[in-house]
Amino acid sequence: MKNIWAFLFGGLFSVGLMLSGMSNPQKILDFLDLFGQWDASLAFVMLGAIAVAFIPFQKAEHQQEPKTVYGEICQLPKNNEIDSKLLIGGLIFGIGWGIAGICPAPSLTLIGLGHYEALYFIMAMFVGMLIQRQMGKYL
Amino acid sequence: MHDFLLAFLGGTLLGLSVVGYLYVNGRIAGVSGLIAQVLSPQTLFKTPALWFLLGLFVVPFFYNMLHAPKIEITASPLMLIIAGLLVGFGTRMGSGCTSGHGICGISRLSKRSIIATLTFMFAGFVTVYMIRHVTGAF
Repeated sequence: MKNIWAFLFGGLFSVGLMLSGMSNPQKILDFLDLFGQWDASLAFVMLGAIAVAFIPFQKAEHQQEPKTVYGEICQLPKNNEIDSKLLIGGLIFGIGWGIAGICPAPSLTLIGLGHYEALYFIMAMFVGMLIQRQMGKYL
Repeated sequence: MHDFLLAFLGGTLLGLSVVGYLYVNGRIAGVSGLIAQVLSPQTLFKTPALWFLLGLFVVPFFYNMLHAPKIEITASPLMLIIAGLLVGFGTRMGSGCTSGHGICGISRLSKRSIIATLTFMFAGFVTVYMIRHVTGAF
């Protein structure tokens, strides 16, 4: 049953992306085009998302042992370090994002929308992730 | 409906989705992390990630029948490949992306996520500036 919920939440997420225009790479690139075709939409998307998520997440953050509706422990990240991996990883991700205007979630919605060229991105993203995992063992 | 209102409303659905994934499945809906879990045989069937991703992947087929969203992909296949490699590598190295750090992390007031979000936004702004205004590539 929990898996069905997970499926529904993923589906809801895709609807949020499509409704807000965030599945459209051009809209993302326009948001990132501060000095050109600036489209502030992404900011409103984040605002809407955080407006809804803030109180529930803060509630969980401030509990000793936050639990799900099924009584299981919530897995919240415990790391608070700001290290070079975070920063360099962020820069690399941001550059990739700025090239195609696509990030992990929308890349998957594009296939369902019939834009199969997104497969170039998705396959490469999988490869990039696997390379990082391998390198992470040595770096 | 005005673009910004639709954007805000769409955003609220994203928010609902991640709250649901936390309160029902007990996890942070960071899509790059979910993909990483699915790419690993050890975790593939052990987490709800696969189901969330299936929902993310399947529902658009149906949504599209009701209303096909406007989609413009200007990047060439080569650029899509380069972008994908960087996004895959960078999100794993930086432990998150726009959903994980940007939505969940900021809602948690995680200093790590706030910095991460500012960092990838900055890189995005600079990259688009370079591509659109300096090189004039498109």
